[in-house]
Amino acid sequence: MSDFEPKIVAFFCNWCTYGAADLAGVSRLDYPPNFRVVRLPCTGRLNPKFIIEAFKRGADGVWVSGCHPGDCHYIAGNYHARRKFILMHQLLESIGVDPLRLRFSWISSAEANKFQAMAKDVIENIKSCGPNTTFRKESLKLGLAEVA
Amino acid sequence: MASDNIVGAVLVAGGGVAGMQASLDLANAGYYVYLVEKSLAIGGRMSQLDKTFPTNDCAMCIISPKLVEVGRHINIELLTLTDILSITGKEGNFSVTVRKNPRYIDMSKCIACGECTKKCPRKVENAYNESLDIRKAIYVQYAQAVPLKYGIDPTQCMFLTKGKCGSCKKVCPADAVNYDDKPEDATFKVGSVVLAPGFAPFKPSDFETYRYADAKDVITALEFERYLGATGPTRGEVIRPSDGHHPTKMAFLQCVGSRDINRADNGYCSSVCCMYAIKEALIAKEHAGGKLDVSVFYMDIRTFGKDFERYYEKAKAAGIKFIRSRVHTVKPEPKNGVKISYITDGGVTNEDFFDLAVLSHGLVVTPETKELSASLNIETDHYNFAKTSTFSPVALSRPGFYACGVFTGPKDIPTSVMEASAAAAAATSKLTPARSSLTKVINIPAPVDVNGEPPRVGVFVCRCGINIASVVDVEKVVEFAKTLPFVEYAAVTMFACSQDSQEKIVSLIKEFRLNRIVVSACSPRTHEPLFQETLAAAGLNKYLYEMANIRNHNSWVHANNPAEATRKAMDMTEMAVAKAALLVPLKENVIDVDSTALVIGGGVAGLNTALTLSSQGFKSVVVEKEAVLGGNANRIHTTAKGEDVAKYLESLKTKVTDDANITVVLDAKVDKVAGYVGNFESTLTNGETIKHGVTIIATGAQEHKPTEYLYGQSPKVITQLELDELIKARDPKLEEAQTFVFVQCVGSREPGRLYCSKVCCTHTAHTAVELKKKNPDARIFVLYRDIRTYAQKEDIYKEARDLGVIFIRYSLEDKPVATLNGDAVNITVFDPVSGRKLLISPDYTVLAAAIVSGRENELAMKYKVPLDEDGWFFEAHQKLRPVDFATDGMFLAGLCHYPKPMEEIIAQAQAAAARAVTVLTQPKMTVGGIVAEINQAKCSGCGVCVSVCPFSAVSLDEKGKSVVNEAMCKGCGNCASSCRSDAPSLRGFTNAGLFAQIAAAL
Repeated sequence: MSDFEPKIVAFFCNWCTYGAADLAGVSRLDYPPNFRVVRLPCTGRLNPKFIIEAFKRGADGVWVSGCHPGDCHYIAGNYHARRKFILMHQLLESIGVDPLRLRFSWISSAEANKFQAMAKDVIENIKSCGPNTTFRKESLKLGLAEVA
Repeated sequence: MASDNIVGAVLVAGGGVAGMQASLDLANAGYYVYLVEKSLAIGGRMSQLDKTFPTNDCAMCIISPKLVEVGRHINIELLTLTDILSITGKEGNFSVTVRKNPRYIDMSKCIACGECTKKCPRKVENAYNESLDIRKAIYVQYAQAVPLKYGIDPTQCMFLTKGKCGSCKKVCPADAVNYDDKPEDATFKVGSVVLAPGFAPFKPSDFETYRYADAKDVITALEFERYLGATGPTRGEVIRPSDGHHPTKMAFLQCVGSRDINRADNGYCSSVCCMYAIKEALIAKEHAGGKLDVSVFYMDIRTFGKDFERYYEKAKAAGIKFIRSRVHTVKPEPKNGVKISYITDGGVTNEDFFDLAVLSHGLVVTPETKELSASLNIETDHYNFAKTSTFSPVALSRPGFYACGVFTGPKDIPTSVMEASAAAAAATSKLTPARSSLTKVINIPAPVDVNGEPPRVGVFVCRCGINIASVVDVEKVVEFAKTLPFVEYAAVTMFACSQDSQEKIVSLIKEFRLNRIVVSACSPRTHEPLFQETLAAAGLNKYLYEMANIRNHNSWVHANNPAEATRKAMDMTEMAVAKAALLVPLKENVIDVDSTALVIGGGVAGLNTALTLSSQGFKSVVVEKEAVLGGNANRIHTTAKGEDVAKYLESLKTKVTDDANITVVLDAKVDKVAGYVGNFESTLTNGETIKHGVTIIATGAQEHKPTEYLYGQSPKVITQLELDELIKARDPKLEEAQTFVFVQCVGSREPGRLYCSKVCCTHTAHTAVELKKKNPDARIFVLYRDIRTYAQKEDIYKEARDLGVIFIRYSLEDKPVATLNGDAVNITVFDPVSGRKLLISPDYTVLAAAIVSGRENELAMKYKVPLDEDGWFFEAHQKLRPVDFATDGMFLAGLCHYPKPMEEIIAQAQAAAARAVTVLTQPKMTVGGIVAEINQAKCSGCGVCVSVCPFSAVSLDEKGKSVVNEAMCKGCGNCASSCRSDAPSLRGFTNAGLFAQIAAAL
């Protein structure tokens, strides 16, 4: 289990956390390369189906991160995201997915250090859950053409 | 023709937040802007802040979109490292000579990779972090700086000073270093000048009392701000500098270098220190997880702005102690910390130990700014702030020169931003004939129609010199990209963003008939617009573009793991290709803009808005609910500067009625509203219908009718405005009166009305001075809680005390008591200085009654704009958008926003007009692009999308189905993620595209 490297899909809002990740780069703050980032205009754009889709396709974890409360570029998108997220969390738990696999955080575009620390923490936590076997990913190997 | 001599360009001096806002408003109103900044980058003092009060917004997060906007604006010419040498000529036609100092870096080549800084051996104190850490001789001012280009500090560089080293030139992958760079002088023409040189924080080094110079654990507030900042010397960790330990007990010392003519010659109040001290105290407590004891030593707490009083209450509730005392001695302890001695309210001497003492230092005019004012012939006051009048708050003494920000007096960010917009309006009021004469437009070739064609994706993988290629195997990424579906072309580029690469991309798009472009390079946040321009230049719709950030999110953070970094780069490229293949060209539609403005409210704010709009050539309709214009100003006698308000108001009304561009409708209100930005249609209660492109709400406020202190029961108890009326009428009884008691905060700063009415302290002090001057024997008592004569208004407070006005402090728990004794009114108040109760029988008791909002709920609902809990209209952003509503085309000005003195009302009115002009000046508006659309076949009309839209852009049409107004949609995607049936879709971020990205990620 110790050499298990989880695959994580991250959804970052353009204005805050994506910016923090940019700044972490500028500041050369290392973190493990386990997640792939989908850039959204706002965490408010996060359709709960995206999370399910990521798990269905075999992601071991999902990380959603946006602006601090009150800092949303679109006034209240992160609040809407938070509501959906809480429901999503409960839903996943009730169907037997370890809630540690799904993380939500607030990181502003100036908080590169927080980003680095959170990235490591998210990866560690998901690692501790082991590979995601709840969803049968084998039968769902859709290619790009099928989605298109 | 006279207008031939008028130049359609404006000089803005100073690239802080005020200068930036002025530049944007000017450029968006059709003027070419020269923005001169003396340092390497714009951003000013605000870029140094960690958070901003009272919302605790992250300063960098809110300022960086503005930085980028200024940096990219085609009509803002940014001149960094530049000094103004001379300005000659007259209003409408000035000749400006500037000196561009050498940067020693070719800005067109520098890719800001930072290799030079890594290798530079010369360590220098880092001014951005208040010298708390070091930078190198070659540096960027701060990580998010605009322009993001390095520069060499010529006083420190070893090559430039001693001819030795040269390592930056050796390592620069872009060959951008040029040690032979020379100063260059340039001359250009402008029609007017906006000065925004800002301030410097007061240096307390000379104050022996505070021991800043020698005690390690005595620091300034700006230094503390940098400790709090995530990009600061300790990355946001609060430490005691002497040993790096976390402090457990700290103190803020207010008014250091402010309200002090004894040691500092700065009699004024710096306006912002109380608030920033509270902010820093709150944030520090947050950082310490609550385990921090904070005391604030103050004279008066001046939390006079919107939501400031609540912030102060929040701090008290969080356990921050406020001690009213001016500290007399600070003694460093042998190892760490300091002992602070002070005398309490009751006259007891106390001594206490603190780990850390933070000096809340004031805002001062720098010697350079003083010199600038002198050389440009700008009149200044005795504190070296530029002089302005109440009625022209942003106009300087020299015609054609305008100002914004701290140059005219200490103020906070929103007031500076407000003034910046006002200055943009004032500076162009005489340039209208030359509008759009010098501005540039981007010529874009007609786009090629790619609808119906299968995707042909071109992938460009950037080496970024060695920034990406030294970690990621870019060749492998290219080979992999070639195997992906729909990819027709893939190649490596050295610097994708360089001019030659851009040209190459254009020719390759044509050669291979590419119709989707993916660039695997750096961040879309900084580079997407650049590449989108490249697409447009090649005739491709700019939305057929996707970026993979394989530098910031990959090579720079996985340098120790090249194999995984390469795999990640491949995944990221695949994700981008997957999304790109599904992109469709997005249409940008053009809508007509009605160039008339509707101004609701005919007070000083509304009338100034209309006049400013008229000076810019725009028509407006002013709707006033009363039978007369002028609002509250009709009752005011003189301004704090002694100007006659009645005279001013008379001339203002005449100007408005004589102005052909302004229609006044009296005795009417808005009844019905339809439409959106550019195309509003408002019906008035008199039946008239007005078509307008923008709406400015300036509905004012009222003086609270007190229920306390026997108001209404004795003619001897009156309000402040009633006193003004008596003074104006030269009331004989008043002229005979000998004793006055002024009671402050009547109905303000109390539970249920937890805000400061901002104007009363100054108005009382000013009236007391006037009364005293007329009758030096008059006995005047002012009963107050905190005197809030902020900025230069402190002089009036001092004058009142010098003239013998007696100020007696009372507390909320022990208010003065008024009793009737026959006809006489007796006021009893506890005097904390003598420790006794005083009994006064004044001829007049004057109540500083609160200013209360009109709670315009109906109006707010009609225009879909919010009110806050006190009933003030709520602006789009408390710091940076003080006169805009979140809804496009809606603006606000004056007391309906929050209580404020007349000079701020007029500045806000001019600002609202300036912001409105940025809409009205475009005959057509481009809308669309990344916006939501509704598939009505799927829509059940439940209205979830309507309720989650923060911009009121979604509504239900006559069939009960959702429809998006593209002019109002900002593209957040809340609707798209909230609909149960996927009826809304966010263009550019469709479900299909995002699903494809998720699939490719795994």
